[in-house]
Amino acid sequence: MAAAAAVGPGPGDSPEGPEADAPGRRRKTHGMLKLYYGLSEGEAAGYSAGPDSLDPTDLNGAHFDPEVYLDKLRRECPLAQLMDSETDMVRQIRALDSDMQTLVYENYNKFISATDTIRKMKNDFRKMEDEMDRLATNMAVITNFSARISATLQDRHERITKLAGVHALLRKLQFLFELPSRLTKCVELGAYGQAVRYQGRARAVLQQYQHLPSFRAIQDDCQVITARLAQQLRQRFREGCSGAPEQAECVELLLALGEPAEELCEEFLAHARGRLEEELRSLETDLGPSPPAPDVLEFTDRGGNGFVGGLCQVAATYQELFAAQGPAGAEKLAAFARELGGRYFVLVERRLAQEQGGSDNSLLVRALDRFHRRLQAPGALLAAAGLSELATEIVERVARERLSHHLQGLRAAFLSCLTDVRQALAAPRLAGKEGPSLAELLANVASSILSPIKASLASVHLFTAKEVSFSNKPYFRGEFCSQGVREGLIVGFIRSMCQTAQSFCDSPGEKGGATPPALLLLLSRLCLDYETATISYILTLTDEQFLVQDQSPVTPVSTLCAEARETARRLLTHYVKVQGLVISQMLRKSVETRDWLSTLEPRNVRAVMKRVVEDTTAIDVQVGLLYEEGVRKAQSSDSSKRTFSVYSSSRQQSRYAPSYTPSAPMDTNLLSNIQKLFSERIDVFSPVEFNKVSVLTGIIKISLKTLLECVRLRTFGRFGLQQVQVDCHFLQLYLWRFVADEELVHLLLDEVVASAALRCPDPVPMEPSVVEVICERG
Amino acid sequence: MPKELESGSHESPDDPASTAQTLELLCHLDNGAHGNVACVVWEPMGDGKKVISLADSHILLWDLQASSSQAVLASSAALEGRGQLRFTAGRWSPHHNCTQVATASDTTLRGWDTRSMSQIYCIENAHGQLVRDLDFNPNKQYYLASCGDDCKVKFWDTRNVTEPVKTLEEHSHWVWSVRYNHSHDQLVLTGSSDSRVILSNMVSISSEPFGHLVDDDDVSDPEEHHAEKSKEPLQDNVIATYEEHEDSVYAVDWASADPWLFASLSYDGRLVINRVPRALKYHILL
Repeated sequence: MAAAAAVGPGPGDSPEGPEADAPGRRRKTHGMLKLYYGLSEGEAAGYSAGPDSLDPTDLNGAHFDPEVYLDKLRRECPLAQLMDSETDMVRQIRALDSDMQTLVYENYNKFISATDTIRKMKNDFRKMEDEMDRLATNMAVITNFSARISATLQDRHERITKLAGVHALLRKLQFLFELPSRLTKCVELGAYGQAVRYQGRARAVLQQYQHLPSFRAIQDDCQVITARLAQQLRQRFREGCSGAPEQAECVELLLALGEPAEELCEEFLAHARGRLEEELRSLETDLGPSPPAPDVLEFTDRGGNGFVGGLCQVAATYQELFAAQGPAGAEKLAAFARELGGRYFVLVERRLAQEQGGSDNSLLVRALDRFHRRLQAPGALLAAAGLSELATEIVERVARERLSHHLQGLRAAFLSCLTDVRQALAAPRLAGKEGPSLAELLANVASSILSPIKASLASVHLFTAKEVSFSNKPYFRGEFCSQGVREGLIVGFIRSMCQTAQSFCDSPGEKGGATPPALLLLLSRLCLDYETATISYILTLTDEQFLVQDQSPVTPVSTLCAEARETARRLLTHYVKVQGLVISQMLRKSVETRDWLSTLEPRNVRAVMKRVVEDTTAIDVQVGLLYEEGVRKAQSSDSSKRTFSVYSSSRQQSRYAPSYTPSAPMDTNLLSNIQKLFSERIDVFSPVEFNKVSVLTGIIKISLKTLLECVRLRTFGRFGLQQVQVDCHFLQLYLWRFVADEELVHLLLDEVVASAALRCPDPVPMEPSVVEVICERG
Repeated sequence: MPKELESGSHESPDDPASTAQTLELLCHLDNGAHGNVACVVWEPMGDGKKVISLADSHILLWDLQASSSQAVLASSAALEGRGQLRFTAGRWSPHHNCTQVATASDTTLRGWDTRSMSQIYCIENAHGQLVRDLDFNPNKQYYLASCGDDCKVKFWDTRNVTEPVKTLEEHSHWVWSVRYNHSHDQLVLTGSSDSRVILSNMVSISSEPFGHLVDDDDVSDPEEHHAEKSKEPLQDNVIATYEEHEDSVYAVDWASADPWLFASLSYDGRLVINRVPRALKYHILL
C-alpha cells in the first residue's frame, strides 16, 4: 500500500489502479484508462513527466527505485535530515491513505447505481424481443394475402391494358378518317402550318397501310388536299408581296411537304433577287445624274440597311432552310451573293466617284466605314462570295484616289501661291508704292504651302483612325502609310514642287520676260529652306502621324534634300543668268549704238554706267533680303584707290606705250599673254553658291564679259577710248564692293580698256588724274 | 575666203598686204548704199560667179562677170520688222543646186531662196540670245547647226523648225563659231569666248548611217563588239576640249585638204592647229 501510494498520487488515478503492483503493468493500465477517458497520451505523460523522468531517485517518477533512493538518502544525508525526511514521508503516506479512502467511498454509490441500470436494461430487452417476433409473423401473413389478391386481379388488368390499346388505335383511326376534312378546313382557314403538321403525322401510317382499300382512299384524298395545299403555298410564295420571313415560312412548309428542295432553292433565290434588285434600283435612282443626290453617308447607310441587310437576311434564311443541300447549295448562294454584291459595288463606286471632287474627307471616311462595316457581317456569313475582300478593295481604291486628289490639290495650291507671288511682285510697279518685302513673301509662300500639306495629312489621317473598321487591314497599316501617304503624297508633292520650280529655268523666256527674276530668287530660297529644314520636318511629321510599319523602301530624306538643293542651285544660277543678261543687254546696247569714232572728249561718265551700278545695287539689296552675305577675299580699306592706281598707271601705261610704234601688236600680245598665264581662267557662266556675294559676282562677271566682247567688235577714236577708260574706272569704283574677289573686276575691266586700245587707231589714254576727277564728279 | 573680197568690206583691216605676195584688186563690191557688211559668202559650188553679202538689214546677191572686173548687184532683199534688224551671219547651203542661203539676225534664223530672194523658212527665237554663227551640214540636206550667246549649239532640221533636233550646252560663254567637218559631218567644231574649242561627235544626226558603222565593226572584230554595237552608234559626245587659247576664240575651221586637221584663232592672235585624235579617226575610217 505504501509503495502504491508513493508511486501514483496523481489526480487522474482511478480507484481500480491500486491492485496492480508491478510498475510497468500499472502504467499500461493507466494508459488504457486514459484512452478510455479520452485523454491523449501526451497529456497523460505530461502529469508524470518531471525534469528527469528516468531518475530512480525521484519519488514521483515512473522509474523510482526505493532501494536506490534509500541508499542515496543514507549516503548523502546527515542523521537529522534523515529523521526529517522520514517523518515527512510518514506524514505523506498518511495523507495518501486518507485520500484513497475518501475516493472509494465517494465512488461506491456510482457502482451500485450502474449495476441497477444494467439489470433493468436486461429486462426491457427481453420484452422487446417478444414483440419483434410477433411482428414478423404478422408480416408473413400480410405477404401471403397480398400475393393471393394480385393473382386474382391478374387477367382483369390484362384486359384493361388491351382495351386502352384499342382505344388509342381507334383514336388514331378516327384522326385518319377525319384527316381529309381537317386538312380542308385548315387549308380554308389558312392555317397552313397546322395542315402540314397533320399531314406529316399521317403520312407514314398511310404509306404503310396503303394496301388496305379504306386507307388508300384516305391517302388519295390527303394527297389531293396536300397538292392543293402545296399549290396554295406556292402561290403565296410566288406572289412575293409578303415579306421575307413569311416567304421563309412558306418555303419551310413546302420543304416539309416534301417538295423538291432544288427547285425551291432556285425559286427562293429568284424571289430574293427580285427584292434585292428593287433595292438596287432605288439606290440607282438616288444616284441619278442630278447633283442633289443624298450625301454619301446617307447613301451608304441606305445601301447598308436596304441592300446589305436584305442580303444578310436572305443568306441567313437560306442557310437555315437549305442546310441539307450541302456544298452545292452554298455555292449557289455564294454565286448569288457575288453577282448582286458586284452590282451593289458598282453603284457604290459610282457614288463614291462623285465624291472624289469634294474636299471633306471625314464624311467620306465615315461613309466608307459604314459601308465596310456593313459588309463584314455577310462577309462572315458568305465567306465564299468574297464580298468583304471586294469591299476592302473598293475602300482601298477610294483611299488611293483621295491621295491623288490631295496631291493635285497641293500642286494647285502651290501654283496658285506662285501666281499670288507673281501678282504681288508685279503690283508695286503698277501701284508705285511699297509692296510686301521679299522676305515677307517668302514667309507667306512657305506657310501657304505648309498649311495645305498639314491639312492634307490630317484629312488623310482619318483613313487610319482606330475607330474606322478598315484601318486595321494590312493595306492601311502598311502600304497606305508608306507608299501612299509618304511616297505618293508628300514625297511626290515635294518632287513636283521642285520640278515646277525647275521648269522656270527651262522656260523659253530666256530673255527674262516670262519669269520675274525676284520669283526665281524667292523660289531658290524656298527650295534651300526646304533642303535645310522643311523637308525633314514634313517627313518627320508624316512618319509620326502614320507609323510606317511597312518595310518597303522609302525615299530617304537626304535624297529629297539633295533634289531640293539642286533645284535651288539651278534657280539661283538661272537668276544670275537672267539678271546678268539684263545688265548685259544694257551694256551691249550702249556700246553698239554709239559711234565711237566721232565721239567728243569725255566730260562725264555715261548714264548707262550709272544705271548699271544702280541696278547692281538694287539686285544686291534684293538678294540681300533672302541670302546671307557670304565670304569675300580680304581687301584693304580703300580698295578702289589702290587698285586703280595700279591699273591705270603702271600696267595700263606699259600696255598702251608700245602701241604707238608700228611693231606694237606683238609686244602687246606677249605682255597680255604673260599676264594671263598668271591669272586664272574665268568661267563666266559658272554655278553659284548660296550667298549674296557669289550671286553678285556671277552677275557682274557676265556683264563685264559682255562689255568686253562688245568693245572688241567696235572701232574707237581717241575720245572713244578715253570714254571707255572713264566708264571702266567708274565701274571699278563702284563694283568692287559687290564681288568676292575684286581682282576679278580689275582683270576684266583692264581687259576692256586694253581691248578698246587695241581697236583704236589713235590710242591716246587720258590722264589717270583727269579720269578720277571726272568719275568723282559724276 | 578670198582676200580680194574682204578688202571691199569696211571691217577688214588692211594688214594682209604685208605678206609675201601682193594681192591684186579684182573687183569691187559697191555697197555704199547699204551700210556695214557683216558677211560675204561665195556660192559653194558652180563657177564661182555668185556672192552673197549681208549688209545691215539687206541681203545682196552679186554677180561677178568673169571677164569684167565689175560686180553687178543681181538682186537683193531686205528684212522687214520692227526695230533695227541687222544680219550677223550667213551661210550658203551646198544642197539644192545652191539655191538656198541661211542668215542669222538677232535670235532668228532665216532661210532664203536666191532665185526669188524670198524667205523660205524662219526659226524665231532659235537661240535665247544673239545668234553668232551657223553652218550647213555638207552631207545631209536640211540639216543646219547654229550657235549663239546663250552658250548653246543647236542642230536644226529646216523642214521642222519648231524644235531643234539636238542641243549642246558645253561652253560657258558665247559660242562664236560652229563648223561641220566637210567629209565626216559627225565631227562638229565650236569656238567660244570662254577660250575653248570643243570637238563633238554628233553621230546620231550625221549623214553617216548607223548600220554602216556597225557592219564595219563586225567585219573587223566579229567576236568582240557584239555588246557594244547596238548603242555605240547613238553616242553623241564631246571628243575633246582644247584649252590652248588664253583669250576668246572667234573662229574655227577645218582644213580643206585634210579632213582631220582644223585650226582655231583667238583674240590674242594665237592660231592653234589641231588634229582629230587618232583613235577616233581610225574608228571612223575602219
